[in-house]
Amino acid sequence: MNKELIHLKHVSKSFDGQLVLDDLDLVIHENEFVTLLGPSGCGKTTTLRIIGGFETPDEGQVIFDGIDITGLSPNKRNINTVFQKYALFSHMSIAENIAFGLRISKKPQSYIDDKIKYALKLVGLSGYEDRRPDSLSGGQQQRIAIARAIVNEPRVLLLDEPLGALDLKLRQDMQYELIRLKNELGITFIYVTHDQEEALTMSDTVVVMNQGYIQQIGSPEDIYNEPENAFVADFIGDSNIVDGIMVRDKLVRIFDVDFPCVDTGFGENKPVDVVIRPEDVILTSPSASPLTGEVTHLIFKGVHYEMEVTAKGFDWLVHSTRMYPVGTSVGISVDPDNIQIMNKPESVDEEAVPVDLWTEQEGEENA
Amino acid sequence: MKEQFRKMTYPYVLWISIMVLLPMLLIVLYAFTTYGNETLTLRFTLQNFRAFLTDTTFLQVLWRSLVIAAVTTILCIVLGYPMAYLIAQLGDTGNIIVILLITMPTWINMLVHTYAWMGMLQDGGLINQILSFVGIGPLKLIHTTTAVIIGMVYNFIPFMILQIHSSLASMDRDILNAAADLGANELQRFLRIILPLSVPGVLSGVMLVFLPAVSSFFIPRFLGGGQYVLIGNIIETQFLTAGDWNIGSAISLIMVVLIMVSIQMTKRINQNERSQG
Ligand SMILES: Nc1ncnc2c1ncn2[C@@H]1O[C@H](COP(=O)(O)OP(=O)(O)O)[C@@H](O)[C@H]1O
Ligand SMILES: [Mg+2]
Repeated sequence: MNKELIHLKHVSKSFDGQLVLDDLDLVIHENEFVTLLGPSGCGKTTTLRIIGGFETPDEGQVIFDGIDITGLSPNKRNINTVFQKYALFSHMSIAENIAFGLRISKKPQSYIDDKIKYALKLVGLSGYEDRRPDSLSGGQQQRIAIARAIVNEPRVLLLDEPLGALDLKLRQDMQYELIRLKNELGITFIYVTHDQEEALTMSDTVVVMNQGYIQQIGSPEDIYNEPENAFVADFIGDSNIVDGIMVRDKLVRIFDVDFPCVDTGFGENKPVDVVIRPEDVILTSPSASPLTGEVTHLIFKGVHYEMEVTAKGFDWLVHSTRMYPVGTSVGISVDPDNIQIMNKPESVDEEAVPVDLWTEQEGEENA
Repeated sequence: MKEQFRKMTYPYVLWISIMVLLPMLLIVLYAFTTYGNETLTLRFTLQNFRAFLTDTTFLQVLWRSLVIAAVTTILCIVLGYPMAYLIAQLGDTGNIIVILLITMPTWINMLVHTYAWMGMLQDGGLINQILSFVGIGPLKLIHTTTAVIIGMVYNFIPFMILQIHSSLASMDRDILNAAADLGANELQRFLRIILPLSVPGVLSGVMLVFLPAVSSFFIPRFLGGGQYVLIGNIIETQFLTAGDWNIGSAISLIMVVLIMVSIQMTKRINQNERSQG
């Protein structure tokens, strides 16, 4: 891991008496692609704005390269931001927008001209120098906002849901563009999104947030394969999350059926959350497993079949390349490696919020 | 459906025709005909315009009106802009209260303010008492250009402040954050972002101040004194005292043309501002 670049130390922030960030502690390394991921309203933008200097934390410190910058105004930070709604200067041409930071720092004209050319080429908009921002599409404006930020050679680029307003195809293209850009520039990216797929695709490190708390920090693989709590499991991809009892080390009881697993150290007869990804559920003949159920839904998804199996009152989501028609009786088994055991949340604060609730809200916001 | 809507606009169209279009047409008619046409003999002539444009007193008055309106407008910008800027910095509640305070005088008839200023600007009036107290006065204020300009600025500045304020308030905060993010300090943010983006607001303020200022007649009458005449007073006199509706109409028409030209020019400036930056 590279050298530590930014450290948010015990940062708290309230708006109108409402706690938005609660004792947040986060370390970001040089040249890392970090994504803050979480449902709308969980404090991602606020975190980013604190790093950029547009909000001051009520408590805690922001350390940048070993120096406390908590009270430093944004224009003195070696950080640039790509704002959620682009925030281009509508009274200036594209070239003047990109040149803005360079003119402030009094760079020579020839240097500015070169930089404009270079940045426009980098974002694939060469020849747009004299256009006006409002004559550009959303995706193009977004890329100009990126160009305007990077010509200043910041050590950190902050991006707040930069692809949120784009349609799916463009969004996917831009994801690859951003990864390419990041590699080309060799700087730190701090990226905010509520789209888990985007986070998993692009990041070195994903920070899953909920209600002002960090739920888990890890690589995309860690987050996906080993969610630390039910919220993360539920938020990242589809999951079966069931109540279980940890009978003893390496044995968990789900719906009165004992399943061998690999987790240890949870104690004996302790209630736990059990997460099983749909692709890890193995359907067998009813006689081959003590947990049996009936296929109630079946959809062909191209690569696999998506099925719902009702067993002991719980609807299991199953992805399989083998098809079982609706009405088939099946047995359910899971490889011990693929059973993920998690402690039940201890406090109300950590209590997982049902994901459908959040996705509904996101939908409304985007509409 | 659309047909229905159109029918519903008929009474409105009729109202507009009677209340606005007809008087306008009458003014045009009067301007191009000669005196003595109570029976509408309709003798067309350009004599009314010639009388105005060859009379140096008239032209001087026109020029003076334009200058005083321009000075008023500039003062409204110079005083109103910082005011609007400060208001925009206030929180939401403070904002509403101050806007209300600024709007309130405009609910009261302009005549009432002007009378009040007459009293305050008099030789022994409040302003002169204060001036003598601080050792500057007493000064001759009432019936001077200064008094007229004070009265006009007082009356028209709320419109300027409101226009500028609304253009400042509608500015996206993230635009300013973006400028700060790119290294601009407070002064640079003001000069490079806020000022150019508020030009449309200033221009619409200019229209709301300059146009009524150039044609106002009772502020110059009461604060400027009897001998102090602006173009609005001449029009008023022609209609009410001299009874020469033809010359009065001709002058009014000249003013309408001047105003339309200046509106067009303002629009042009606004568009250039937008397309060049
Ligand atoms: N300037 C502000 N004033 C008041 N409340 C705010 C402000 N900024 C954010 N909030 C509140 O803080 C919470 C977190 O907001 P935000 O950081 O924007 O979340 P996210 O970016 O994750 O959607 C939300 O409930 C939001 O309403
Ligand atoms: Mg946000």
